[in-house]
Amino acid sequence: MTELWYDLEPFLQQGTLGLVNGAFYALLSLGLAVIFGMLNVINFAHGAQFMLGAVVAWMLLSYAGIGYWGALILSPLLVGLLGVAIERTMISRLYKLDHLYGLLLTFGLALIIEGVVRNQYGVSGLPYGVPDAFRMPPVDLGYMLMPAYRFWIVVVSIMVCLGTWYAIEKTKIGSYLRAAVERPQLVQAFGVNVPLMMTATYGAGVALAAFAGVLAAPIYSVHPAMGANFIIIVFAVVVIGGMGSIMGSVVAGYMLGVVEGFVRVWWPEASATVVFVIMAIVLLLRPAGLFGRK
Amino acid sequence: MPQSQRIALVVMVALIAIGPFLFFPVFLMKVLCFALYASAFNLLLGYVGLLSFGHAAYFGMGSYLSAHAAKVWGFTPELAIATGGLTGMALGAVFGFLAIRRQGIYFAMITLALAQMVYFFCVQAPFTGGEDGIQAVPRGHLFGVLDLRSDFTLYWVVAAIFLACFLFLYRIVHSPFGQVLKAIRDNEPRATSLGYRTDSYKLIAFVLSTTISGIAGGTKAIVFQIATLTDVNWPMSGEAVLMTLVGGIGTMFGPALGATVIVTMQNELAEFGAWVMVIQGAIFVACVLAFRRGMIGELQAKLRKPL
Amino acid sequence: MAFNRRTLLAGAAAGAALPLVTPLRHARAQAANTIRIGVMNDQSGLYRDLTGPGSTQCVRLAVQESGITTRGVNVEVAEADHQNRPDVGSTVVRQWLDRDNFDVIVDVPTSSVALAVNTLCRERNKVFLCSGAATSDLTGPACSPNTIHWTYDTWMLARGTGGAMVAAGGRTWFFITADYAFGHALERDVSNFVRNAGGQILGSVRTPFPGTTDFSSFLLQAQQSRAQVIGLANAGGDTINSIKQAAEFGITRRGTRLAGLLVFISDVHALGLPTAQGLVFTETFYWDLNDRTRAFTQRVGRMPNDIRPSMIQAGCYSAVLHYLKAVEAMGVAAAKASGAATIERMKAMPTSDDCFGEGTIRPDGRKIHPAYLFQVKTPQESRAPWDYYKLLGTIPANEAFRPITEGNCPLVRT
Repeated sequence: MTELWYDLEPFLQQGTLGLVNGAFYALLSLGLAVIFGMLNVINFAHGAQFMLGAVVAWMLLSYAGIGYWGALILSPLLVGLLGVAIERTMISRLYKLDHLYGLLLTFGLALIIEGVVRNQYGVSGLPYGVPDAFRMPPVDLGYMLMPAYRFWIVVVSIMVCLGTWYAIEKTKIGSYLRAAVERPQLVQAFGVNVPLMMTATYGAGVALAAFAGVLAAPIYSVHPAMGANFIIIVFAVVVIGGMGSIMGSVVAGYMLGVVEGFVRVWWPEASATVVFVIMAIVLLLRPAGLFGRK
Repeated sequence: MPQSQRIALVVMVALIAIGPFLFFPVFLMKVLCFALYASAFNLLLGYVGLLSFGHAAYFGMGSYLSAHAAKVWGFTPELAIATGGLTGMALGAVFGFLAIRRQGIYFAMITLALAQMVYFFCVQAPFTGGEDGIQAVPRGHLFGVLDLRSDFTLYWVVAAIFLACFLFLYRIVHSPFGQVLKAIRDNEPRATSLGYRTDSYKLIAFVLSTTISGIAGGTKAIVFQIATLTDVNWPMSGEAVLMTLVGGIGTMFGPALGATVIVTMQNELAEFGAWVMVIQGAIFVACVLAFRRGMIGELQAKLRKPL
Repeated sequence: MAFNRRTLLAGAAAGAALPLVTPLRHARAQAANTIRIGVMNDQSGLYRDLTGPGSTQCVRLAVQESGITTRGVNVEVAEADHQNRPDVGSTVVRQWLDRDNFDVIVDVPTSSVALAVNTLCRERNKVFLCSGAATSDLTGPACSPNTIHWTYDTWMLARGTGGAMVAAGGRTWFFITADYAFGHALERDVSNFVRNAGGQILGSVRTPFPGTTDFSSFLLQAQQSRAQVIGLANAGGDTINSIKQAAEFGITRRGTRLAGLLVFISDVHALGLPTAQGLVFTETFYWDLNDRTRAFTQRVGRMPNDIRPSMIQAGCYSAVLHYLKAVEAMGVAAAKASGAATIERMKAMPTSDDCFGEGTIRPDGRKIHPAYLFQVKTPQESRAPWDYYKLLGTIPANEAFRPITEGNCPLVRT
C-alpha cells in the first residue's frame, strides 16, 4: 500500500499544480468562448488583454497605491472598458464581413498593445508580489505543501467559471444572449438592444481575460509577452473543447492543465507539446471538439 | 493574360531588372524571398479562402533543410533549395490532411497550433543548432559551375526562382483547377454538389502553397547563409498574412507589393528600433478597417481590371 | 485610357520604390578620417533593458571621453534594432559594411545574430566588438582575427557560479534546465565545475522550452532532492518565472539557495528584492562595485527607463574606448584599411577603464578581466534604489575565463 502511495504521490502533486494552470486555461478559453459565441470573433488580442490586466494591476499599485484586492476589481473594469471602446469603434464594423477579418483586426490590436507596453515598461518584467493576505506558510496537503495563494486561484476561477456558465445558461439575460446568437433580428424585434448586448459581451470577455491577468501577476512574471505565450495553448484548448460550448471550454481547460501536470512527471520534456498532440488526435476523431456540436 | 496583368508583369520584371543597379542587392533578394512567400500564402487565402496562421512552419523548415543540405550534405544551391521545397511539400501534406477537416477560424487556429509544434521541434532538434541556428551556410556554385558568392550574381538566380514560381502560381490560379478552387472559396457546398471532391482540391492547393513557401525559405537560407528559429516562429506566419493583406488578398501582384512595403519598412525602421511592432499592428488595424482590398486591390477596383 | 492606366501603375511602382531611394543619399558622403561605429542590438525585445539604447549611450560616452574628436577625427555612431532576427541583423550589417563603409560593429546580443555578424566582419576585414552575446563559441570554434568577445561568456558564468558557489558552501546541486542546446550546455559546464570543486550533482529536470510558464512542479522536484543549491540553467523569462515561483513556494526560506546562470541586473530589478533576495550569480561589472564603477555610472547619466548600466552596456563603453585608443595609436587610415590589424593592435595594448579595471586581450579574442560572485541583498540590507548586490567572492582574471588551450580556437593552434 505504501508502495502504491509512493508511486501515486508525484501524480497527485503534479495534478494539483496542473489544476492551477488549468484554472488559467479555463478562464482564458471561457472568455474566448463567450466572445466567439456572441460576436463570432476570435479574439486574438485575448492574450494581450490578459497581459494588460496584470500590467494595470502593477500600475495601480505603483502609481495609485491600490493593492491586489482593489486591482482585482478595478483592473478588469478598466481593461473591460477599453474592450468596450474597441468593440464600439472597430469590431462592430466587422460583423457583416467574413470572420477572418475579426481575427486579423484583433491580431493587429494585440501587436499594438504589446508594443506599447514594451516601449513604456521594457521587457524585463514588472515586480508584483503575493498579496499579504496569503503570506502564510504553505498548506500541508499530506502529499505536498501548497502555497495558499494557489488555492485561491483554483477556488476563485471555479467560482467565476460556474458563475459565467450560470449567467448564460440559467438567467433571463443569458437567455436573451443565447437567443440573440441564434436570431439577432428576431430578438431585436422584441425590443432587446442587441448591439448593446454585443458590446457588453465583448467587454465582459475582455474583463475575464484581465481578471485572469491580475490573478497571474503574483506568481508569473509580468512582462509584455506573458499573454502571447499563453494564447496559442489556449487556442488549442478551445479547439479541443469545441468552440460552441461554454462548459466544453472550461472543462477542457482544467482537464488539459491536469494532463500537462501528469506529463511533467514521466516525460517533462513533452509537457508543452502534449496539448497540441491531444488537439491533433481530437481533430482526427471528433473534428467538432470534445463538447462541440455539429 | 488580360492586358492589365500583362502591363503589371512587365512593370514588375522591369523593376526586378533595374533594382540591383539602384538598391542594395541583399535587401532586394530578401524582398523577393518574402514576395514569393506571401504569394504562396495568398494562393490559399486569396483563391481558396483558407486562412493559414502557420505558414512559418513550411517557410522555416524549408529554410532549415536547405541550409542543412547545403552545409552538411554539400548539395549545390539549386538542389538545396529543392530540398526546402520538398520539405514544405511533405510537411504540408501531413498538416494539410489534419487542418482541412475544419474551415474558417478553426482552420486558422489548427494551422497555428501545428506550426507551434514544429517550432518546439526546431528548438530542440540537434540539427537546427538551437538558438544559434545553422550558421555560415555556403552559397556554393549553381549547378556546380556558377559561383554565387557575389551578391550580384546570386540576385539574378533569386530573381529567376521568384519569377518561375510566380508564373507557376499564375498558371495554377488561371487553370481549370484554379477555377474549382475559386468555386470552393465562394461557395463550398455548391462546389460539392457539383460533384467536386472539395477536400482533395483544398489539400492539393495547400500542398502547393506549402511547397512554394518551402522554396522561399530555402532561397532565403542560401541568400543570408543562415537558418534560424525566427523563420519558424509564429510572428513569421503573421507576416505572411500582413503582407498579403497590405498588398491585396486574392490579387496576383498584391502579395509581392505588400512584401516589398513591409520588408522596406522593417529595414528602414531598424534604425528607429522599438516602434516596429506597434506600427505593424496599426497597419493591420488600418487595413482591416478601411483598406480591406489592399493596395493592388484598390487599384484593381479603380481600374476595374484584374491585377 | 491606356496611358492613364500606365501612369497609374508607374505611379504605384514609384510610390512603392520611394522609401528605398532615401538611404542611398546619406551613403555617399564619406570622409577618410571618419570612423563609423554601428551599435546593433535589441531595442524592442527581451534584451532591450540589458543592451538597447543604453549601450548606444555608453558608446557615445566612450567616444566623448576618448577625446579623439578634438584631435581632428570624426566619429559617427549609428544604432539599429536587429529585433532579435538574424535576417534583419544580417541585412543591416551587410548594408553598414558593404554600402556605408562602417568600420566597427558593437554589442550584438542574441547568439544567432552575433555568430552571423562574426562571419560577416571577418569576410570583410572589419572589427566586431561583441559585448552582448553569451556564446563562448566566439572565442572557440568560431573565433576570428576580427572579433573581440568583451564582457562575459557562458563558460565564465558557469565557472563563476559553479566553482565559487561550492567554495561558498553550496555542495549539492539540482538543475532546472531549459530543454535546448543552450540549457544543456550550461548544465554540463556547471556540473563539471561543481564536481571539480568537490560538490555533488543530485539530479536535474528538463523543462520544455519555450512554452513553460509554471515552474512550480519542477521546483518541487528540485526541493525533494534536498539539494543545497538549485541551479537555473535557463535564461530570460524562464529564469524570472523560476525565481518568482521559488519565492512563492518558500523554497529559499528553508535554506535552499538559487543559483542563476544567466541573470543580469535588469532581471533583479524586474523581480524586486523581496522575491530575488538570496539569489546568487556571476557578473563582471556592477555599478556600485567600487569608486571607479560609481564614477562611470555618474558620468553615463540618466539612462532610458532610469536603469543603471548593465555589464553589457559597460562592456560596450570599455570596448569602444580601447578601440579608439588603438585607432589613435596606429592612425585612422591604417585602422580603416584593416580590421584585423586594428584588432592586432588592440591585443598588443593593455586595457584600462573604470568599468573593468586593468585587463588584457588574448590572441583568441577573449578580453580578460576579473569576475564577481554576487548575492542579491535582502530588502532590509538595501539602502538606496538599485542597491542590489553584495559581493560573495572575486574570481581573479586569470581564472575567470576558459583557458586558451581548451577552446579549440583555430587561431591559437598555429
